[in-house]
Amino acid sequence: MFKILKYTFYDLMRSRWLYIYAAFYLLLSVSLLWLGGSVSKAVISLMNVILVLVPLIATMFGVMYYYNSREFTELLLAQPVRRTHIFFGQYLGVAGSLSLCLMLGLGVPFIFYGIFGSTEIFNFTVLLLVGLALSFIFSAIAFFIALRNENRIKGFGLAILSWLFFAVIYDGMFLLALSLFNDYPLEGFAIGASLFNPIDLSRILVLLKLDISALMGYTGAVFQKFLGTIIGIACSALILLLWVVIPALGIKRIAMRKDF
Amino acid sequence: MRNVKILLSFFLVISFQSLHGAQRIVCASCEYQSISEAIAAAEPGDEVIIKSGVYKEGNIEVNKHLYLIGEGWPVLDGENETEVLTITADCVFVEGLVIRNVGTSYLVDRAGIRVKKTKHFAITNNRLENTFFGIYLEHCKDGTVEGNKVIGQAKEEMSSGNAIHLWYCERVVVENNYVTGHRDGIYFEFVDNGHIEGNISEANLRYGLHFMFSNNDDYTGNVFRQNGAGVAVMFSRNINMWDNLFEYNWGRASYGLLLKEIYDAEIHHNTFRENTLGIYVEGSTRIHYHSNDFDRNGWAIKMSGGCLDNKIHTNNFRYNTFDLAINSPPNNNSFDGNYWSAYTGYDLERDGIGDVPYRPVKLFNYVVNRTPEAMVLLRSLFIDLLNFSEKVSPVFTPANVADNAPRMQAF
Repeated sequence: MFKILKYTFYDLMRSRWLYIYAAFYLLLSVSLLWLGGSVSKAVISLMNVILVLVPLIATMFGVMYYYNSREFTELLLAQPVRRTHIFFGQYLGVAGSLSLCLMLGLGVPFIFYGIFGSTEIFNFTVLLLVGLALSFIFSAIAFFIALRNENRIKGFGLAILSWLFFAVIYDGMFLLALSLFNDYPLEGFAIGASLFNPIDLSRILVLLKLDISALMGYTGAVFQKFLGTIIGIACSALILLLWVVIPALGIKRIAMRKDF
Repeated sequence: MRNVKILLSFFLVISFQSLHGAQRIVCASCEYQSISEAIAAAEPGDEVIIKSGVYKEGNIEVNKHLYLIGEGWPVLDGENETEVLTITADCVFVEGLVIRNVGTSYLVDRAGIRVKKTKHFAITNNRLENTFFGIYLEHCKDGTVEGNKVIGQAKEEMSSGNAIHLWYCERVVVENNYVTGHRDGIYFEFVDNGHIEGNISEANLRYGLHFMFSNNDDYTGNVFRQNGAGVAVMFSRNINMWDNLFEYNWGRASYGLLLKEIYDAEIHHNTFRENTLGIYVEGSTRIHYHSNDFDRNGWAIKMSGGCLDNKIHTNNFRYNTFDLAINSPPNNNSFDGNYWSAYTGYDLERDGIGDVPYRPVKLFNYVVNRTPEAMVLLRSLFIDLLNFSEKVSPVFTPANVADNAPRMQAF
């Protein structure tokens, strides 16, 4: 598995899309840091970008990589290699290289700007961890969708739809539910509903670390009380992990049964 | 008229100072060993000079016209048991004392310095430490409280007092004091024609400055920082507020300025910076806000019901999460002629005024007002899309809350 991971990784490192991806983050964080002049503001602005872009790019990249390397996969399948090793190797290669780009693109400017001496280091770390988690989650979902669909167009469509669902549609339904059941106490529901969407969960995790949490009033206080504790942090980390594990199990199941 | 009176009282102070009587010196090896002794022996108009040292004399009453002057910061210690200085005569001047350890009481409002039913007094350049109430004025007229440092260690609202507390007073000037660590920094109840200038009030539990039932007062050039809430003005008329700085009043129930049942006020040239709520307005009428800066607040202005005939113009609204929240749809307040950093319109005539109106109340704002839990969705992509579509064609947001002449450049 490690060998396949390595090949996937080298293969991706040769593609210029990854360099563009890394360069984009580099440019973004450099300009935000030097134009904005404050780490805390840069973290907020970056959060907006990361929460939308990381899932989108991870989804697209995962689907694209699977379909493009199909011939190579078929060649590998003819060899005496375990199927799970092939697919997990590919998946981890994609997710790992995306994460590496994110880490370099965000990390380098912040290190040069002096993040280690700043009080914002904790917030920045949360942002980075959330970005990494989203990379892993959404490339797993993408691989799962691509494996299930032979038809490329259908696969791409479904992948984009899944991103759209988590990024936009889910929040719309959430808001609708909140305003429909206005008369009931909704804090518990709000916490529950936002735990089940990795993008929402990530956003709230970052927001609660930043000063903005005071804006969120009573609801924010309830969230802070839950997510601010060790149990809350462990719980949200576990849920983010589940979001990786469940699609990965799906990948495994399909990979074992699929007829190529 | 008010200024004339203040000026008159000032001249009065000067003329009294030129009529100083004999000097009575208090120290361990002087003619008087205790302050009470010196006061008892003094004739009206005398100077009582207190040299440095620690004086533990319990409660000291000043019942005649005297000048109490500390040299080398003498300490008057209440040993956490009594009020320290009680002034009951007209024309008493207190300067250069350190007063400490009054001690909390749940039965009486003890104070470091209490001024009771007098006229023409001045409390100048004293330091009060760990006093329950710092300087407590009741039924006083024509005095000044200037340059004092009142430092408390309040932990909770119910067991703490106010740094400078005025009750039923007239024409009192509170100037250049530093107050911190109390329930309210400066408290005005039934105080008319007062003037508050150049004070710094920070890290108080409840309000930096608090007005109740006080009319015709003004405050200017003060700094209110990191208090539970900056300033609360309640049930008062004709309060003018200018050149003040309200900053970092940040927390779940914090605001820079609270206006409740206020009529005919002027609020101008103030800066509201990084408060959860810049100004929170409830039932306030005929208030004129102009030339203020609102920078990076959660909400710049939040208006609840019953706000009528308010004029808001020539202000800068920069980078607030929400510029305005209003939850009473029909209103006749005017918002024309401000600068809004979130404005994205254009100016074809190049006259500096945007050609399309700016709507400071966003759809999300409206939603949050109805369902506070929706705040969880702050900064999500869906909300940005929602706000954008509402901006293009407003349906839900109140149509009459708009700036019809938004500025392109900040003032």
